Amino acid sequence: MRYLFVVTSNHVAQPSPELMEAMHKMAQREIQAGRMLDDGGLLPQAMGAQVRVGNGELNVIDGPFIEAKEMIGGYAIFDLPGPDEALASAREFMQLHRDFMPGWEGTCEIRGIAGSMTHGS
Amino acid sequence: MPSGAAPSDFHRTILATWRIEQPRLIASLARMLRDVPLAEELTQDALVAALERWPETGIPDRPGAWLMATARRRAQEHLRRAPMLNRKHGMIAASLEAEQNAMPDDTSLDDDIGDEMLRLIFTACHPLIPAKSRATLALRMICGLTTEEIARAFLISEATVAQRIVRAKRLLSESGLVYETPRGEERDRRLPTVLEVIYLIFNEGYTAARGDDWLRPQLCDEARRLGRMLVALAPDQPEVHGLVALMELNGSRNAARTSPEGDPILLMDQDRRRWDALQIRRGLDALARARALGGGAGFYVLQAAIAACHARAAAPEETDWPSIAALYAQLSVLTNSPVVELNRAVAAAMIAGPAAGLAIVDAVAESSALRGYHLLPAVRGDLLQRLGRVAEARLAFADAAALATNARERTLLERRAAACEP
Repeated sequence: MRYLFVVTSNHVAQPSPELMEAMHKMAQREIQAGRMLDDGGLLPQAMGAQVRVGNGELNVIDGPFIEAKEMIGGYAIFDLPGPDEALASAREFMQLHRDFMPGWEGTCEIRGIAGSMTHGS
Repeated sequence: MPSGAAPSDFHRTILATWRIEQPRLIASLARMLRDVPLAEELTQDALVAALERWPETGIPDRPGAWLMATARRRAQEHLRRAPMLNRKHGMIAASLEAEQNAMPDDTSLDDDIGDEMLRLIFTACHPLIPAKSRATLALRMICGLTTEEIARAFLISEATVAQRIVRAKRLLSESGLVYETPRGEERDRRLPTVLEVIYLIFNEGYTAARGDDWLRPQLCDEARRLGRMLVALAPDQPEVHGLVALMELNGSRNAARTSPEGDPILLMDQDRRRWDALQIRRGLDALARARALGGGAGFYVLQAAIAACHARAAAPEETDWPSIAALYAQLSVLTNSPVVELNRAVAAAMIAGPAAGLAIVDAVAESSALRGYHLLPAVRGDLLQRLGRVAEARLAFADAAALATNARERTLLERRAAACEP
């Protein structure tokens, strides 16, 4: 089954070089193990845009945006046997933040991707 | 870890961590010990230690590093206990001490063991070991499945799985195999046995030959991860990309291949919106890489190319049957397989009508190599039905149903027999 990992944080600072290195190593290992399908860090929200539907109207908003408290910093898509492995993987990923960027706070949300799991599994 | 977690939660968490870490543990220990069966055994000891300790201490912050340290300690103890076993081991123990001393605390990510992993895969899939045991060993050592999980996946008893593993490990121990990564021609020669194992695991899940379920997706998933692993380790091999492409493209249809009741839905009747677009894209990418590496005519690449023709067709009537027939003809020359001819017959029928297909099927039937294979009368029945020869079609479907070993497939064929109006 496929899982989307979304990391949110209220830290605007870029990851420390040590954390970058550790995350890179973990990503390499996970790709080599056939488990990680894709991953990416996101550019600052200000460089993006929003397209909203509300009150029956469609609006394109270029920013600057009202800064959300927690912002998405990156994502990864994994192909894992089940929720336990997803949890183990996310724990390891977040532990890297604890080890290599003291003071950092954030959340890794794990979401199963619908349709990636067939009958009977 | 919250102290209120139930023991079963712990057990599952430990096994999940184990599944992620285990192949690297074995590979790392095998490098120390030059002995895969022993490495596997000592790695299992580390799991037992975790199952004993962690419920008391909680999950360590770095469970991978904990398991690696524990497993390595076991290996060192083993080497110290038997230092005089032979000189080679003595030397390993000495160089190990030096390596240990130079090693940072957290070894779990700093260990580049790509080559060891490749070596481990080649060892588990050694041609010396019978094919089914190779699959069992790969699922156990590389995918981290338990004996119970393998037994459930293959619908065999745990005792049979355990026996296969013991025998395969004994074969490896007694063979005096040099534990090394095959290179050059030797690697090219051995690669097909590795691909065969992965494909066997995939197919066991994709068209479960026996039992009540038509699909056992867990095995498909494990096979795909193994395939991707091999791509990462041996990216220059077109057939590896071909196999990955084939598994992604075939697997992309899994959600559409069974009804909610679990009955098989044939390719032409599937709701194509339920095909997995990401997997199709990955499959087409892998196929393109295989071709770019000059592997357009390999066994897996050709099959992937056929699967790609189906994947590209948004509707059944858009299927590029001439390309499919040409690819099957190429595959038929390569494999000389009656099963491939049977598939070519289906494609020929789509282009030139059921009579053209039937001529190929009857030629295959005469060769008798497929006697007992339910899909031969099944295809024959389908073509006869389309020719309006319903009485013959009914008999063919009944034959097919009698030969089918999968319950779901048998039911489908019985229904088709019954639907042939006299």
